[in-house]
Amino acid sequence: MRHVWTIARRELRAYFATPVAYVFIVIFVALSGVFTFYLGNFFEREQADLTPFFGFHPWLHLVLAPAVSMRLWAEERQSGSVELLMTLPIAAWQAVLGKFLAAWCFIAVALALTFPTWITVNYLGDPDNGVIVAAYCGSVLMAGAYLAIGACISAACRSQVVAFVTTVVVCFGFLLAGFPLVLDAFAGWAPDVLVDTIASLGFLTHFNAISKGVLDARDILYFLLVIAAFLYANAIVLDLGRGN
Amino acid sequence: MIRAESLRKHYGAIKAVDGISFTIEPGEIVGLLGPNGAGKTTTMRMCAGYLAPTSGSVQVHGFDLLDDTIAAQKTFGYLPEGAPLWGEMTPRAFLDFIADVRELEGERRAQRIGEVTGLLQLESVLDQRIETLSKGFRRRVGLAQAILHDPPVLLLDEPTDGLDPNQKHEVRELIRGMSSDKIVVISTHILEEVEAVCSRAIIIAAGCIVADDSPGALAAQSDSNRLDRVFRRITTGQSQAGADRERS
Repeated sequence: MRHVWTIARRELRAYFATPVAYVFIVIFVALSGVFTFYLGNFFEREQADLTPFFGFHPWLHLVLAPAVSMRLWAEERQSGSVELLMTLPIAAWQAVLGKFLAAWCFIAVALALTFPTWITVNYLGDPDNGVIVAAYCGSVLMAGAYLAIGACISAACRSQVVAFVTTVVVCFGFLLAGFPLVLDAFAGWAPDVLVDTIASLGFLTHFNAISKGVLDARDILYFLLVIAAFLYANAIVLDLGRGN
Repeated sequence: MIRAESLRKHYGAIKAVDGISFTIEPGEIVGLLGPNGAGKTTTMRMCAGYLAPTSGSVQVHGFDLLDDTIAAQKTFGYLPEGAPLWGEMTPRAFLDFIADVRELEGERRAQRIGEVTGLLQLESVLDQRIETLSKGFRRRVGLAQAILHDPPVLLLDEPTDGLDPNQKHEVRELIRGMSSDKIVVISTHILEEVEAVCSRAIIIAAGCIVADDSPGALAAQSDSNRLDRVFRRITTGQSQAGADRERS
């Protein structure tokens, strides 16, 4: 774990070494405010909860998480520093986990900086703060799943732009897996078992359950399993790279 | 000790490395020589565990690079071709990171970081971003990283590329000054470098070893006692023979 921490610290510093990190955080916080107060009709609803705030998180993360994950490996492959990283006495899983944790911390920081919205709703009324905590947890978990997918795709790309676009598309598929848009593509020919499985993979279904305040172990486990699966795939992609 | 046994690396029909075997004992400074595209860097990458060979094996200090990668990688310092680094870091933060990875602690850590910054004259740039440094400084930061934990084995891929003549001289002095029980492998296409620092030269052409001897003995094969003549004869002759083989 020590090396995981060493890698994570280096990555996290790399995020904050350029103004990009600050620009990203400002955009994230600003967009979440715009969505909540304008598109989400926060005031007009006259309800003391953060449903409009969290309702947009799946879409906000869909665009911004891939922007965080795209550089994780693609940048190293582009500059060649991946050769240095992979020849240091660090196991691939340590590098994979360290990089992922750094990206996840970064998103968590951005998310934490939306706290004024929480204060606002507490100032205006008397919301159920338990639900809000649960929804924040759900948001972090979902962002983690997006980042794990993005990290894996980044490892397979040399170009950050390709990594970004591919990740958005794949994440979009996962997000809407329970909806007709995705299901109709399978319904005609695939066996029902497969269609049901795909339907249960939707991020949105699981996130909505958590953000209503129901911290079901199955929803949490679902996101953790998605993260674990894609990090494992990430390590495999790196190993395949050694063969070429 | 480094032992490579019938190393092969094929990319489809392209045979980047095609059956290379050698054993290097402590105390040897070996120059891996060859024209561009001969397979030097591919060989170095397989020795460092970055690339997996198509067939064959490499062992460093008894640790197999495929089965025991981490244990093997702990025994050497490696400078990849082109000295890739993380541009947004400063040399100070970078060496700190490497010291963490190499598990250097306490007094020894501070002492080693001080020693290598002195040895490679990095004091003046310690707090500048690496991406703003000149090519020569970057190369030296890469070298500092490779020797930081005072490894018994050093693998350096074109260590003097991009350095000016004075810096080249200093790096050669540094390699020559390594204690006599170390293994140093440098890949290069600069023949004077081999004559200046190496005790043994392995010449590679088209993925195969075509000569393996001391630089002096190799040079003696030409009437004028010049290594470059021998090099040209061996490497171009080989590619001619290779072309004949392909045709038949």
